[in-house]
Amino acid sequence: MTTEAVGAGRAASGAESSLVARAMSGRLAPVAVVVLAIIAAWYVGAVAMNAQLQIDAFERQEVAWDTGDLVRATLSQDRPLLPALHQILVEMKKTIIDQKITSKRSLVFHAWVTLSSTLLGFAIGSVLGVLLAVGIVHVRTLEKSLMPWVIASQTIPILAIAPMVVVVLGAIGLRGLLPKAIISTYLCFFPVTIGMVKGLRAPDPIELDLMRTYSASRWQTLWMLRWPAALPFLFTSLKVAVAIALVGAIVGELPTGAQAGLGARLLAGSYYGQTIQIWSALFTAAILAALLVMAVGVIERLTMARMGGRP
Amino acid sequence: MAMQEQSTVENDPKAGPLVVDVRDLSLTFKTSDGPVHALSDVNLQIEEGDFVSFIGPSGCGKTTMLRVIADLEQPTGGHITVNGVSPSQARMDRSYGYVFQASALYPWRNILRNVTLPLEIMGVPAAERRTRARRYLALVNLEGFEKKFPWQLSGGMQQRVSIARALCFEPALLLMDEPFGALDEIVRDHLNEQLLRLWEKTGKTVVFVTHSIPEAVFLSTKIIVMSPRPGRVIDVIDNDLPRRRTLDLRETPEFLKVAHRVRQGLRAGHSYDD
Repeated sequence: MTTEAVGAGRAASGAESSLVARAMSGRLAPVAVVVLAIIAAWYVGAVAMNAQLQIDAFERQEVAWDTGDLVRATLSQDRPLLPALHQILVEMKKTIIDQKITSKRSLVFHAWVTLSSTLLGFAIGSVLGVLLAVGIVHVRTLEKSLMPWVIASQTIPILAIAPMVVVVLGAIGLRGLLPKAIISTYLCFFPVTIGMVKGLRAPDPIELDLMRTYSASRWQTLWMLRWPAALPFLFTSLKVAVAIALVGAIVGELPTGAQAGLGARLLAGSYYGQTIQIWSALFTAAILAALLVMAVGVIERLTMARMGGRP
Repeated sequence: MAMQEQSTVENDPKAGPLVVDVRDLSLTFKTSDGPVHALSDVNLQIEEGDFVSFIGPSGCGKTTMLRVIADLEQPTGGHITVNGVSPSQARMDRSYGYVFQASALYPWRNILRNVTLPLEIMGVPAAERRTRARRYLALVNLEGFEKKFPWQLSGGMQQRVSIARALCFEPALLLMDEPFGALDEIVRDHLNEQLLRLWEKTGKTVVFVTHSIPEAVFLSTKIIVMSPRPGRVIDVIDNDLPRRRTLDLRETPEFLKVAHRVRQGLRAGHSYDD
């Protein structure tokens, strides 16, 4: 119950005081150091990678330059090899905050396109994953016959499968959301199946014996014992699944001719050498993935608290 | 519960109807190291209202015997009836409650919902489930703990919840497999007394597995001494100590006499050999 109290306190009381408290307790400091180190390395990398292009440009324009000019110039190129962090953030502000979200230039619009197929694929994949696991746990022949295919399915590179799925489904008139969602499904059912097979087998022998002494049906044993015992495994799997569902949706957007979505932005960016656009789409995708995983985490915590989770 | 009426009285040597009747029962486990004879030619009659204890060293088949009664293991020879029918039929009829070595409470259910679990499975309406669960929680002195979760209770309390859970669907027979084996002696003494009160109040037939001589003598009306490998019945001791017992009884000569006979039985079965 102590974590509940702490959690409530964190949410309710001022963010500053808890931030200070956390910094004091030494949790924030290591994180800050790592972030700063990454940022520093990034800028050093950006200068180093863009320097040659910039020197060539200076020489073409026949201008005199010193190191200060070079550094400043390498961090403000239009199409740098590696854009500086602030360039990406400016681009993200321009495309996320300054654009109307209905505009085709808005990253929010593209993120939503990707998110909708991610969520659809995640939903279908999770249900499919759970159903497969239930089948595998209950029917011995299914374990022997299905499990190798489940594993083999993940050894095929998704980049090889995605265009075929899009083309085949396009040929029978399915376009837009569903083909991308199916690619997400294809990726994300796997961790759910693997996690749930383990989870549904998690109950102790005496917990199963208890059900037998009540002559409970298989369905009752599944619903009242195996399913709740498997929930911690399910949530762990879902966190993996939702992140790779996003990857699936982005990959699924690549062969559609780059109409909309974060994948389309990545593709368009690489066609035209718009590295800043590529990176801002990448950042947006990463933030989206983090938010999705966090959302699953929140649902997990609420569920576990209701199920008498030990603090 | 029509099954209870037709208990096998025909080949019964004594007066009361037999709740458990075991004839020449044997059970052999097939393992990779060859067959293991867990039970061999066990004969056993348990009457209604009896408190029967199986005692013997670890690996003597006493738990296996209990699991055969509960239809959790299948015998390889002989006959057994529970409540006059086959163990599997008795299980289908839900005519016994089983208390395991560990409480086997489901951690995601609170105490009340752990006790209502069997009632839920048996399709008892929700309101009735709660009333009955509360009644049996009160019977094991656990009023006020309904909303707690298992981890918030001590081991002894958890085991009492599991006893309430085994009783709440009112089975004819209570099977207990070393229910207090994992608890310390003080808690165990206390629970033994409580269990006797409970047995008095409910009048259930109890089959109890233990490896503690004082526990067996203190609780039982009948003690079955078993020997290991293969599990055989060495001695059946009718314990004539008065039915109302308190812990003081264990200091009396009568108690020690019964305990001595149990120990002799164990010795005769080579339970003390290396």
